[in-house]
Amino acid sequence: MAQQIITIDAQEVPFQEGQTIMDAAMSAGVYIPHLCHNPEFKPQGSCRLCTVEVNGKRMAACTTKAIPGQEIQNNISALQENRRALIQMLFVEGNHICPGCPKTGNCQLQAVAYYVGMLSSHYQHFYPYRELDASHPNYVVDFNRCILCELCVRASRDVDGKNIFGISGRGIKSHLVINSTSGKLGDTDFNVDDRAALVCPVGAILRKRLRYTTPIGERLYDQQPINVVGDSTQPHAGAKKQW
Amino acid sequence: MVDKVRIATTSLAGCFGCHMSFLDIDEKLLDLIELVEFDRTPITDIKTCGPCDVGLIEGGVCNSHNVHVLKEFRENCKTLVAVGACAFNGGIPALRNHYELKDCLEESYINGIGIENPQIPNDPEVPLLLDKVHPVHEVVSIDYFLPGCPPSAEAIWTFLNELLSGQEIVLPYTALHYD
Ligand code: SF4
Repeated sequence: MAQQIITIDAQEVPFQEGQTIMDAAMSAGVYIPHLCHNPEFKPQGSCRLCTVEVNGKRMAACTTKAIPGQEIQNNISALQENRRALIQMLFVEGNHICPGCPKTGNCQLQAVAYYVGMLSSHYQHFYPYRELDASHPNYVVDFNRCILCELCVRASRDVDGKNIFGISGRGIKSHLVINSTSGKLGDTDFNVDDRAALVCPVGAILRKRLRYTTPIGERLYDQQPINVVGDSTQPHAGAKKQW
Repeated sequence: MVDKVRIATTSLAGCFGCHMSFLDIDEKLLDLIELVEFDRTPITDIKTCGPCDVGLIEGGVCNSHNVHVLKEFRENCKTLVAVGACAFNGGIPALRNHYELKDCLEESYINGIGIENPQIPNDPEVPLLLDKVHPVHEVVSIDYFLPGCPPSAEAIWTFLNELLSGQEIVLPYTALHYD
């Protein structure tokens, strides 16, 4: 099929028919910040970080089809400021205490925050109380850090065929739930080989006992930014190697 | 002699790690002392903050004394800088925000392991704890943030140099981190 062209920040980016703006940007190595997007799963456009200006109109790059002639603004200060505000809201809605989190340095929320130059959380913190679920022999779910990206939901439902995770509630009350009568991960058939075990971009779904195998300072985002090294795809929070 | 820049520093609900990192600029302290003089800081042991150009705040706000000191710094410092992860979002001390204050005190002083003569301290000299730990920006307005647990000596040095010379603050990628 003939290649067609869109422009992102005046750079020509080719795409195939059917691709989204995000697909085209990823294939061309153009970084559009995102948290709920992972090219393996159906896009859902919920985190809004990938909002770009398409011919002057703001659209989510992960759910908007590329159409020839689109002129797209991505790395502009107005959008970066919005992205910073979105990240700050995620920081205050949950409990993201980086010095105490095993995922630090490999965390995509942190990395995008660095990328958009977040220096403070700016808003008032909610400090919600959320229980920790350590019932599974090999995994712990720390709901304090969940950013509701639904990657685990999609991976468990669409790839593993297990439907272990879901989002319940609405608006500010939305929260991650686990599909077992007790609501505990230990009472599901969740397994270390599940795709859902590897997709959490933050430190919410964590492999036990392997959390500090790579020292802080040598982790994915410690030396280079996310627009250079890409999404966090470690098999566990402390891993150096990507799968 | 040109007037030196006056700096005050304090540690609120922090662990003094940011101050230790500050001291890690080592011999550059000698360069710094040519440019600045210290007002209230744990180094001078001056107890109240006078009019200053720059105030560096380590730690979040966990008790009534922290609120008092933070407000004193805001009133006296032209530029107030939040230094470190605890000033940024409460940090490790803010982990107690998940629990009732009463439960925290009882766990520490009454029910915890190895406690003799259990009692909750209530000496009037001991500042009252706030219900929750707060980042400094929730109490006073802050001019600059320098995150990190702690920010490295290099980050602190670069930051101070840029601030004192009136440049835009630009830190290298590796100097900005939240952990
Ligand atoms: S647990 Fe992780 S992958 Fe699942 S919704 Fe929350 S942040 Fe996303």
